[in-house]
Amino acid sequence: MNELDEFREEARAWVRENAPKALWGTSGSGPFEGYWGGQKCEETDPDVLRWRDRGIEKNWTAPSWPVEYGGGGLSRQAEDIIHTEMKAIGVPRPIAGQGLCMFGPVLLQHGTDEQRARHLPQIARGEIRWCQGYSEPNAGSDLANLQLKAERDGDSFVLNGQKIWTSHANLSDWIYCLTRTDPKAPKKQMGISVIMADLATPGITVRRIDLISGYSPFCETFFDDVRVPVENLLGRENEGWTIAKAILGHERSSIGRSIARQPGSAQREVVARARKHLGIVEGPIPDPLLRDEIAQLGMLEEAFHLTLARIQQSAESGTPGPEGSITKIVGTELKQMRFEIGMKVAGIQGLGWEGPGFEEDDLQYTRDWLRSRAATIEGGSSEIQKNIISKRVLGLPEGKS
Amino acid sequence: MSGHRAPLLLLNDEQKMLAKTAHEFIRERAPAGRIRTFRDSKDPVGFSREVWGEMAELGWLGLQIPEEYGGLGLGFFDLCVVLEQSGRELMPEPFVSTLLLGTQALLLGGTEEQKRRWLPGVASGEKIIALAHEEQGSHDDQWSLKTISHRVGDRVELTGEKVQALDAHVADAILVSAATPEAAGDGVRSSLYLIDPNQPGVTIARQHRIDGMGAAIVELDGVSVGQEAIVGEPDGAGWLLDRVLDRARVGVAAQMLGASEQAFDTTIRYLKEREQFGVPIGSFQALQHRAVSVFTEIALTRSAVLAAARAIDESPDEVPRLSTLAKALASETFLHAAKEAIQMHGGIGVTDEHDIGFYMKRAHAAYMTFGKPSRHRRRWAELHGY
Repeated sequence: MNELDEFREEARAWVRENAPKALWGTSGSGPFEGYWGGQKCEETDPDVLRWRDRGIEKNWTAPSWPVEYGGGGLSRQAEDIIHTEMKAIGVPRPIAGQGLCMFGPVLLQHGTDEQRARHLPQIARGEIRWCQGYSEPNAGSDLANLQLKAERDGDSFVLNGQKIWTSHANLSDWIYCLTRTDPKAPKKQMGISVIMADLATPGITVRRIDLISGYSPFCETFFDDVRVPVENLLGRENEGWTIAKAILGHERSSIGRSIARQPGSAQREVVARARKHLGIVEGPIPDPLLRDEIAQLGMLEEAFHLTLARIQQSAESGTPGPEGSITKIVGTELKQMRFEIGMKVAGIQGLGWEGPGFEEDDLQYTRDWLRSRAATIEGGSSEIQKNIISKRVLGLPEGKS
Repeated sequence: MSGHRAPLLLLNDEQKMLAKTAHEFIRERAPAGRIRTFRDSKDPVGFSREVWGEMAELGWLGLQIPEEYGGLGLGFFDLCVVLEQSGRELMPEPFVSTLLLGTQALLLGGTEEQKRRWLPGVASGEKIIALAHEEQGSHDDQWSLKTISHRVGDRVELTGEKVQALDAHVADAILVSAATPEAAGDGVRSSLYLIDPNQPGVTIARQHRIDGMGAAIVELDGVSVGQEAIVGEPDGAGWLLDRVLDRARVGVAAQMLGASEQAFDTTIRYLKEREQFGVPIGSFQALQHRAVSVFTEIALTRSAVLAAARAIDESPDEVPRLSTLAKALASETFLHAAKEAIQMHGGIGVTDEHDIGFYMKRAHAAYMTFGKPSRHRRRWAELHGY
């Protein structure tokens, strides 16, 4: 047995011993599923909190971060093993969210010693929740067009402008923003800086955005003469685009993986729904076309999981490359396919918005289906992902329309 | 994946080296354009025995054959490494007939004597074995048979007609399936017989297909064989062929994967070279996004093929599910990749002069071979209980 196999045994034993039984089978264990923490968190479920505390004690909330920053000091492979073991029994990670899977790794790479020492342990313990300020009303797919102004004034930057689609800004404590520090830069990708800000700073206003599903993780965040100390600049001034792209790389691979759930679960869910709504307890689904569609879903799901495993097996470094784009495209497509078929089998029982005549499960499913339409838009639309693969992987010339 | 631990989906260093060597050899010695040459010269064989022999000398034909039968004793996974490369140039050499159907039938069902008699010759490139199981209207269902085995004393006489038996026109031995008269039509009681193509009652007529793969009609008119000709259990052909065909599906899927990659690479190169409106056509987003779709499908297919090949060596219980997955995905991917390749090549893509058309012809043929995707999706659903 090699070292990693031994570690797998250890990780399996620890996870099974420490994860509260009530949480088993409740989660796909993706990086965005579960307890997100932060000062505004109102979580009271004792199992969730106990699991969080066990993770913190063991330093396994951020297994691959250095021990001095609250991590476990383990390799990326060991971290993957831990997450795989959690996934195997369907428990969430002890702490989830953007700080751990997206911002933390970048802070680790680009932050100063002081910045790391200040922020990383708080992320690893779930004390501070982070959100991301990227998109703006006129900077969506064309992200580099962003205009949130950050002007130097003594020891501060003064921020003015607006961010949109800031996920969970209303529940977060800190935000990391892409700002325009040099409006005169010759290219729009230049003159951008990453600035971290405490959301309690005077002048920041957060407003929720409702989606077609009736609820939403998204907010608009307004900045009105917000003064942020210069030490909150991450990386070099005017060179933030490189960092922004690195974070987007993490986001793409995280979104793909977070959709992954348990292998086979999408197929099982849709089959169970078909049985319930068509009243077929067992045996073949009688509608052959529907059955074929479900099989297409099941096959895509299997191939997707195998591909994630293959990427994981061949990943030697901690920086996801452009193949992260494939997982985002396929993962979101799979998610939409699952909901589309799931809605199709429900027929008119899937039409409920709220109130009598509809089962709670079906109402929720319908809302989730509506929500799933955003999957191919948020985090870089599928079309943007295709532009990226086209340029970086296939080496095709810069796009013309 | 039924368990939470995924199979190992990477090539080891030896396998990477094998892929590279095979890639270079095949590109050099067996380019896809040969299919046109064989067709136009009405070549009676339809492939190169010389190239086949060279590959035997390199050890590639006996990769998976055990050492005691003259092979290298490696896995099916290793064989798939070479098959993928053979697919890149659409090689018409008898990989499918001899290495996938014939050899696997003997490995899974052959007697010691049958294996000793035939496998060393396969590994050395001298023997070609065909499997004749398709019949007119059988639609690749090995359970549905019209070929009959009449008992005459200790022997049986085989009568019937097999179609599109790959490489039967050059085979040294042909495996044929036949049912007892009372079981004809349902095929449950059928056996697999190894016959000599030169024996009385066997008539072989070469068939010409769009994809350049050699095939023949095998007519059996009272072909007399003894018990020693049976491969596998008597009355067990259906079950044996299930397992043989699953392996063949994975092998063909590996070839389709290689062929998809080649069609795709050729297309990407063309998109970078070909200029219209003063720019390379690869700068047009309408084409870029479609290229990425093919790229993504190939990535997914590769994972499925590797997993299925690994399962044959390591997890037999997973073979039905994963071979069906690999065959279905590879069929759809290759056909899509080939059609997109033709479209993106524009006018030149539909000329006989350009090789890309052969990729679509092979894609269509491979799509229809060993079960088309819709049939495999039905099987997938059955295997998952719905």
